[in-house]
Order: sequence, then structure tokens, then C-alpha cells
Amino acid sequence: MRIIRTEDKGTGKFYLLGFFLCIVLTLAAYFLVVEKLLSGMTLILAILGLGVIQMAVQLVFFMHLGSEYADGKAKHHWNFLMFFFMIMVLVIIVFGSLWIMYTLNYREMPPMDMSHPMETHG
Amino acid sequence: MTAVHEKHLEETYSKTVFGFWSYLMTDCILFGTLFATYLVLHNNTFGGPNAKELFSMPFALTETLILLTSSFTCTLSKLAAYRGDKNKVIAWFAVTFLLGLAFIAMEFNEFSHLVHEGNSWRRSGFLTAFFTLVATHGLHISTGLLWMIILMIPVCRHGLTPVSLKRLTCLRMFWHFLDIVWIFIFTIVYLMGAL
Repeated sequence: MRIIRTEDKGTGKFYLLGFFLCIVLTLAAYFLVVEKLLSGMTLILAILGLGVIQMAVQLVFFMHLGSEYADGKAKHHWNFLMFFFMIMVLVIIVFGSLWIMYTLNYREMPPMDMSHPMETHG
Repeated sequence: MTAVHEKHLEETYSKTVFGFWSYLMTDCILFGTLFATYLVLHNNTFGGPNAKELFSMPFALTETLILLTSSFTCTLSKLAAYRGDKNKVIAWFAVTFLLGLAFIAMEFNEFSHLVHEGNSWRRSGFLTAFFTLVATHGLHISTGLLWMIILMIPVCRHGLTPVSLKRLTCLRMFWHFLDIVWIFIFTIVYLMGAL
């Protein structure tokens, strides 16, 4: 079973720490919203930030992203590369869509004359 | 096991894990598009209820904590696999399975409640986007549960062979991935909906 030994270097304490961090981050985001500790844009940015931090925690503690660099020889760095490519595509799709859709009023073309649409074909 | 054989196994192992990782990354993009759709449509309630009126915060928090715990128990099965302890692996996966089942039951309950009150996906653009996003995640969870059952059969019968260890690693990655997606559903749909 040498195969999995090369892959998994975590210990029980390591995972427990990851789990604990996730719980803390979840509860922090929850109580920020429920107790209304912040407001407006600050609150939205804060909970999104907590979400991203929790994603990073899970990737590092549970999915071992980046641990391939730990022993000095970048062996499976393709995982990392794939991840960054995904993030890039994701940012383009999500922020691109939101940017377009939320500024639609400014980007619309002036209304075309639609009174005689069939005449052009006749 | 000869050294050549083991080297071969190790190579297949890392190739499979990388292939599965690539699949997960493309699945992220699927969820990304659904999140974008939700964020665009979440104010289009068409006179119907909005997120604040529909969703219960303690309910969503409970779902999140259940899924988070299942992710943790899933990881603990890895430690058991590392020691070659077959029964512990099965036990931890059984716990993970039950937590996943509890999660999906809660979600199903929430959905049937919404539909029963006339707030189905037909009600408004917001609800269409909500059901599409959350149910896609729910379908992934259901697939994961089915996958757990299917994988546990050969583990029970033949023990922890290299092939089953490889498949268990993929399943664990899948489960953690779904947990990460849920964090964003929790943040964007439930927490931001409550503002």
C-alpha cells in the first residue's frame, strides 16, 4: 500500500484543525449576517471573503492542493495549473456575465424601428 | 508485488487522480455559470416572495454543518485506509453516507415545502434560478451517495485493493468538492438572501 502513502501525508490532528477552522468560518459568516454586525457592501464582501477563505482551507486541509510542493520536488504540479486555469475561466464567466447584466441599461443599443418588421422580407 | 508492478500502479493512480481532478475543475465551471445565472435573476421575483421571506437561516446553517461534518468523516476514512483498516474505512463511509442522506432529506423537505406553498420553479425567475442551482448540487450529492454504496460492495468483498483505494480517493475528492460548492450556495443564496 505504498501508493497511498506517497499521496496522503495528513494526520488526525491536521484534519481536526481543518474541520475546526471550517466550523469557525461558517459560524462567523452566519453570525455576521444574523446579528447584523456589519451592513451593506462591507457585509457582502466580508461573508464572500469568509467563503473564499473556507474554500482555501478545505483545498489545503482536505484536498491537499499544493502539498505536492511540500517535499521540494514539484511532482504533480498539473493539479495546481488546472486549478488556476479553472479560476481564470470562472472569473471571466461569472464577473463577465454580472458586469454585462448589471450594466445592461447603459449598453443597450437604441431601439430599432420595429413597426414594419415583415416588409423587409416582402 | 514487484517493483515494476508497483511503479505501474503508482502511475495509473496519479493519472486517474489527475483526470478526476480535471473533471472536478470543469464541474466548477458548470456551477459557476449557475451561480452567475442566480446572481443575475435573484431580484426578478415577479411579485412573488424573495429569498428573505422564503429561507430559514437556522435550517440552512444546520444543512451546512451536516455537510461539513460529513466532509470531515469522509477524510477520516482516508486515515483508516492509510493504515489498511478495512472495517474502519467502511464505518467512516457509513457515517458519511448517513450524514449525506440527512442533508439530502433536509433539502428534499425544503423543496417539497416550497412547491407545496406554490413557490415552485414556475413562480418566478428567482425561483427557477434557485431550484436549478441548488438541485444541481443536490443531484451531485445523490450521485455521491449512490457511488458510496457501489464502492462499498467490492471493499466489503475483496478488502482494500489498490483499485478500490484509487476509487475511494476519487470519491473523497468528489465529496469535498461538493462541500466547497455548498459553502458558496450557503453564502450567496442563503446568507446574502437574508440581507
